[in-house]
Amino acid sequence: MNADTQEPLSADTQEPVSAQVSSGSRRRRRMWRAMKRNKTTLVGLVLTTAILLVALFAPWLVPFDPVQQNLLKGDMPPGAEHVLGTDSFGRDVLSRIIMGARVSLGIALSAVGMALIFGSTLGVVAGYKGGAIDTATVRLTDLLMTFPTTILGLMVLAVLGSGMVNLSIAIAIAITPRFARIARGSAIALRERDFIQGARALGMSDARIICKHVLPNISNEVLVVASLWTATAILQEANLSFIGLGVKPPTPSWGGMIRDGVNQLLNQPWLSIAPGAAIFAVVLAFNMIGDGLRDILDPRTMD
Amino acid sequence: MSGYIVRRTLWAIPTMLGVMVFIFVVMRILPGDPAYAILGDEAPPEALEQFRRSWGLHEPLWIQFRDYVWGLLRGDLGISMANRRPILPQILRALPYTLDLAVSGLAVGLLLGIPLGILTARRRNTMTDYCARVLSLAGISTPSFYLGILLIFFFAYQTRLFPVIGAGDLSDPWDRLHHLVLPALSVGLAMMSYITRVTRSALLEVINMEYVRTARAKGLKERWVMYKHALRNAMMPVVSVVGIYTGILIGSSILVTIVFNRPGLGKLMVGGINTHDYLMLQAVMTFYAGIIVLVNLLTDLAYALIDPRIRYK
Repeated sequence: MNADTQEPLSADTQEPVSAQVSSGSRRRRRMWRAMKRNKTTLVGLVLTTAILLVALFAPWLVPFDPVQQNLLKGDMPPGAEHVLGTDSFGRDVLSRIIMGARVSLGIALSAVGMALIFGSTLGVVAGYKGGAIDTATVRLTDLLMTFPTTILGLMVLAVLGSGMVNLSIAIAIAITPRFARIARGSAIALRERDFIQGARALGMSDARIICKHVLPNISNEVLVVASLWTATAILQEANLSFIGLGVKPPTPSWGGMIRDGVNQLLNQPWLSIAPGAAIFAVVLAFNMIGDGLRDILDPRTMD
Repeated sequence: MSGYIVRRTLWAIPTMLGVMVFIFVVMRILPGDPAYAILGDEAPPEALEQFRRSWGLHEPLWIQFRDYVWGLLRGDLGISMANRRPILPQILRALPYTLDLAVSGLAVGLLLGIPLGILTARRRNTMTDYCARVLSLAGISTPSFYLGILLIFFFAYQTRLFPVIGAGDLSDPWDRLHHLVLPALSVGLAMMSYITRVTRSALLEVINMEYVRTARAKGLKERWVMYKHALRNAMMPVVSVVGIYTGILIGSSILVTIVFNRPGLGKLMVGGINTHDYLMLQAVMTFYAGIIVLVNLLTDLAYALIDPRIRYK
C-alpha cells in the first residue's frame, strides 16, 4: 500500500525503475503468502501444477500409443490392461486423455497468452495515450463483449476454418477485450501519478515510459485476469472442439473425444464421460485458484 | 423513469447497428472466400465469378451492407446458400425452441440460485453453506454440454425418467416441458451456481451495514429485515450478473441443443458452419446479437427499477 504511494521523483531514471520493481515484487511476495494461507487456492495450485506436469511430460507418461489403432482390441471396457477402456479403433482412452491434456491445455494457454499480450498492449496504449485511440479501443472492446465467448468463437472459426491454430486464435479474439479493459483501467490510473509525470517531464519517450513504468505496474492485475480467464479458455476449447472445429483427428483433444464417444454413450459411456471428467478437473483447479485470488484481492468477500 | 426508458431504448438502435456492421465485416473481410469455400480451390475462375454474381458478392461492400440492413428491416434475409430456401422462415421456426431453452434455463438459474444464495448467506460457515459452495464451484466448472451428456446417461438411459433427444410436440405443453427438463438443467445449473455465489457475497456485504443493524434494532422481524432491507440492495450485483450470464447461457444453449438434438438457432448455426452457408450464419448471428442487445437493455432497465439513482443520472 504505502510502498507504491511513495514513488521517488528522482532525476536519475534508474531510481524509479528499481523502486518500481521492488514494490512489485514485494506485493507479489505478500500475495504469495496470502495464497498459501488460503486452502482453496492451495489445493487449486497443487492440482493445476500436477495437470500441467502431466501435459508437459505426456509423451513419456502414456501407457499406450494414443493414435495407434488396434481393431482387435476395440470397445474394451475399463479393466486391468486398459484402465479407462479403449475406443472403437482400439485406442487406449487413458493415453488419449493424457495426450489430450497437452493439446487442450496447449490451445487454451496459447490463446490466453495471445490475448494477454495483444489485449494488454492495446489497453495500455489506449489508456496511456487517451484521445482517439482510446475511444476506438473502448468501442471495439464493447462491441466484442456484446457477444458471448462461445458465439464469437464460433463466428471466427466459421470464417477461418477449423484447426488447432485457428481455434487458438478464435479463443484469443474472444477474450482479448477482457485484458484490454483491465490494462486500460490500470493505465489510466497510473497516467496521472507523480512518477509517470516525472518521467514525462524528464523527456522520456512514451514508448519507454510504457515499457519501463506502466507495464511493470500492471503486471499483477493482468496476471490475475489471465488466471481467471484460463478456466474460460479451457471451457471454450472444449465447447468448440465438441462442435468439431478443433484439432483434426486422430490427434486427441478432450472435447473431440467426447464428440467421438457420445454416440456410444449407452454402451460405452467411458468414452465420453472420462474425457469430460478431465475437463472438469482442470477447469475446477483453475477456478479454485481464481476464487482464492479474488478473496485475496477483495478482502470484503473474505469470511 | 419514462425518460430513462426512452433514452436507454433508443440507445439500443446504434448498438444494434454497430453489431451488424461488425458481423458483416467479420463475414466479408476475414480470410475465407465463400466462393472458394463452397466450390473448392480448384474451381475455374468463371464458375467463381458466376457464383459471386448470383449471390451479389461482386457488389461493393457498402451496397452489400445496405442490402443486408434493408433486407432485415423488410423481413427478408435472402435465401440459404445450402438449401436454397428463404432464411427468415427457417429462423422463425427454430426461434421458439431456442427461446424455450433460454427462458427455462434462466428460470432454473434464478429460481434455484437466488434462494440458495440467501440460504448460504444466512447460514454462513455451516455445513449447508459449505456444501452449496462446493456445489456451485463444481457447477461453474462443468461444461454445459458435458452436464447434458451426464444427465442423459443417468436420467434418460439408466432411469428412463426423461426422453433422450428431441424437443417433443410444441402444441402439447406437457410433452414440451417433459423434453425441456434435462436441457434446461444443462444450461441452467451453471447460471444457478454463478447466481448463488453472487447473491451470497452481495448479501454478506450488506448484512453488516448500519441500516440493516438499525432495522434489526428497531425490532423488525428477521424475515422483514432480510427481504425488504438487505435483499433489495443486494440485488444490484445479482441483476448485472444475470445480464452477463444470460449471454453465456445463450452461448452454451448452442451446444446443449446439439447434445439433445433439439431444433433451434444453434442447430442452424452449426449447420451453416458445416455447409459454409454464409448468409444463414450472418442471419443467425444477427438474431443472437439482437437477443443479447435486448437482454442488455432489460438488464439496464431492471437496474433503474431497483436503484432510483440511475434514473436521474
